[in-house]
Amino acid sequence: MRWIPVSAEVTPADAGQVLRLCGLSVSFATPAGVVSAAQDVNLHVARGECLGVVGESGAGKSVSFLALLGLLPPNARVRGQAQFRGAELLSAGPRALERLRGAAIGMVFQDPMTSLTPHLRVGEQIAEVLVRHRGLSWAAARARAQELLRRVQVTDPARRMGQYPHELSGGMRQRVMIAIALACEPQLLIADEPTTSLDVTIQAQILALLAQLKREQGMAMVLITHDLGAVAGVADRVAVMRAGRVIETGPVAAILKAPSDPYTQALVRNAPRLEEPTSAGVAQPARGQQAAALTLTDVSVGFTVRARWFGQSTVLAAVNGVSFGLRAGESLGVVGESGAGKSTLARAALQLLKPSSGRVVWMGTALGEVPARELRALRRDLQIIFQDPLGSLDPRRTVGEIVAEPLQVHVSGLDARAREVEVAAALLRVGLPASLGGRYPHELSGGECQRVGIARAMILKPRLLVCDEPVSALDTPTQQQIVSLLAELKHASGLSLVFVSHNLALVQRLCERVLVLYLGRMMELAPAQLLYARPLHPYTRELISAVPIPDPDLQPARLARALPGEPPSPLNPPSGCVYRTRCPHAAAVCQERVPAWEEVNGDRHVACHRWREL
Amino acid sequence: MLRYALRRIGGLIPTLLVIVTVSFCIVRLAPGGPFDQEQTLTPAVRANLDHLYGLDQPLATQYAHYLGGLLHGDFGPSLSQRDFTVTELIAQGLPVSVTVGLLAILLALVIGIPAGMVAAIWRNQGADHGLTLFAALAVALPSFVTGPLFALVFGLALHWLPVAGWERGAPRYLVLPVLTLALPVAAYLARLTRASLLEVLGSPWIRSARARGLGGTRVLWRHALRPALLPAVSYLGPALAYVVTGSLVVETVFGLPGTGRYLVQGAIDRDYPLVMGMIVVYGTLLLVFNLIADLLYGWLDPRVRHE
Repeated sequence: MRWIPVSAEVTPADAGQVLRLCGLSVSFATPAGVVSAAQDVNLHVARGECLGVVGESGAGKSVSFLALLGLLPPNARVRGQAQFRGAELLSAGPRALERLRGAAIGMVFQDPMTSLTPHLRVGEQIAEVLVRHRGLSWAAARARAQELLRRVQVTDPARRMGQYPHELSGGMRQRVMIAIALACEPQLLIADEPTTSLDVTIQAQILALLAQLKREQGMAMVLITHDLGAVAGVADRVAVMRAGRVIETGPVAAILKAPSDPYTQALVRNAPRLEEPTSAGVAQPARGQQAAALTLTDVSVGFTVRARWFGQSTVLAAVNGVSFGLRAGESLGVVGESGAGKSTLARAALQLLKPSSGRVVWMGTALGEVPARELRALRRDLQIIFQDPLGSLDPRRTVGEIVAEPLQVHVSGLDARAREVEVAAALLRVGLPASLGGRYPHELSGGECQRVGIARAMILKPRLLVCDEPVSALDTPTQQQIVSLLAELKHASGLSLVFVSHNLALVQRLCERVLVLYLGRMMELAPAQLLYARPLHPYTRELISAVPIPDPDLQPARLARALPGEPPSPLNPPSGCVYRTRCPHAAAVCQERVPAWEEVNGDRHVACHRWREL
Repeated sequence: MLRYALRRIGGLIPTLLVIVTVSFCIVRLAPGGPFDQEQTLTPAVRANLDHLYGLDQPLATQYAHYLGGLLHGDFGPSLSQRDFTVTELIAQGLPVSVTVGLLAILLALVIGIPAGMVAAIWRNQGADHGLTLFAALAVALPSFVTGPLFALVFGLALHWLPVAGWERGAPRYLVLPVLTLALPVAAYLARLTRASLLEVLGSPWIRSARARGLGGTRVLWRHALRPALLPAVSYLGPALAYVVTGSLVVETVFGLPGTGRYLVQGAIDRDYPLVMGMIVVYGTLLLVFNLIADLLYGWLDPRVRHE
């Protein structure tokens, strides 16, 4: 363990201990009886130290820390001890806790969209903490709030002050949350999954910011996460939780490199990481052997956006001139940040959205030109799974009914008994017991719901499966399982896959070729091995370097190199190369001309003026 | 926002035209006519009457004639109260109904919203249980039960207030009808407010506001209340239109000369212009109040702000 003394008056030993949890237990009284959420948790955090708390969802990570702040619902029972700088928190009255929260203890939550009050301006939400705890006047608090926004690297802070949360990007909102947590210079910052709902590039920026603030302010930090990569970059020590208990603690290097508990070992082994390109276990693409099964030619999708006041409505080009061919049995990864047009492209490929121009050809049939009835028959071969595992299942139907529906639509003359057999087999293929057929979606876990979605898509034995961010709502171990399942299904049935994801580590595991999108345009298309080994486009490099890797020797330095900036508005894209506003290598030519889609060594393409020089 | 409001106001006119056209047709589709109940009419007199009111003309002509009148604010003559025009009838009755209705809505707001808030804040405690029970009763009891009951207790038994009458809106005469009309609205508002405030209080942003150490008062008034009022606002738009055009039951029980009975009585008498007049008034108010509710919505929740 290491801790950094910050000022001279701190004496060693437990003067450095900011928070100490002893035998903390949390249970909830529910109508079904008492449910234990955390048992006998013993943890401590010192000044200047970051404790990473890792584990699957439901392991009791958040609950333990919400408990000591008195933020759990009234049916929670908390026992044990929680000392903050020597003072007991669990026996403290609500007023005393209120004075600590937001002042001495700052907190950052997972989802910055729902964790900021939607109807209050950002400036007010930062300033109110200063008014509350520091007794500042509103004017002084606002001035300080603007400084704080600058401190957390929010662009154009004066304007942001007057904006509402929904007007900011996810990354900006999380910076605002951090500004609020830091407003009163807390001694302890608790960050509860602060990067889970963000893009990789923004994740890296936020983690880098947290690491920097911890260093500069010497505060103690608790980073609750299921992402070992985040822990590797920021934490000094790690505690692993499972089923409400701490099963292992130790320095970050020890836990991530030589874990002793079998559960931790499995966690570390399954953590998403970029593989060494040479050892990538993905088959070589069958070059030129087969004709393309799915071909997109210059596909664009535009949405009309009504303008303010009396201006004309503008067209938002969500996808702009995308072309690629997908061979039978091949899997193509589509990567990029939110707003890159990945999902729009996935939907356009299946004609769930009508492209505004361009052609989509499936097995020689132009999907945009066949009559609706014929297209519906073709859909038997073209299936899709969605991002929200629960939301994409009808809550009023049982799993069996959901999985059987495609049979009812596409296969005539199947009696109830035969259908039941098919459904049971489909569930079995995705690793679910047939007995699940009688349950309703809300009774299942996220991973099980996604398996049901896959079973529904696979029951007709389609030839193309489009996966639109299928795992981004799941936690890491479940993500791995779902990706393994997709790899198995692909292998077993010769399925073609389009796998949309912002997780480059997962794409590497599953896909033979990768298409990189930025603001709806193609940046790079290459065989996965070549792309990860030698990315040509600067944006591809940024994406790859932002992937968190669970290696405490490398990750801090990778974080420190995280590039600033966010994608510009797709309503008003930059001239020339759209990436130039963030590109570290942008030159004059990048502003003037749109880079050509150049073919490189036969099977790879890139759109960059300067790729040869870099 | 202004542009949105103007566009919506522009949109009111075609909507009203549809309402007028459809109800004109439906009213005429009903069997019978305005003079059917007067059995002493000789065919000649009856033909004269029909001619006088233009009822002998083709329906299209009558419709065009009616629209022309509407443009000048003329609702036509009443067929059942033959000394009055519909405009005169509505001008007499509407102020009564609007006075009672607006007061009732105000009272309902003042009672219902705070009651809902109290119930939500002290959820599952004595105050909540009491209010929930009372609200369920008040929603369930129809005003033809509560109205006479109030008159019986406060008028006949206690002699505090007059049993019925209008007397040019003297406050003493307003109390009981306003109370009767307000009661179910207040109860419904309380239930809406309780449910939505509970939902908002369970939202992540409230937890995050509490994690900032904000006190209960600020969390409630600044962070929770505005979004919690959204369901009440969308209910109040149509409710307001309904209440200010007069309640048949309340106005009958308390003998108020409002417009509440016009629609029903007009329909029974086949007094086409009177029914149409009330539909136009009600429809206009409904559209306008809904528009106001939508604009309020935008103020309460910036995410739906209209541009």
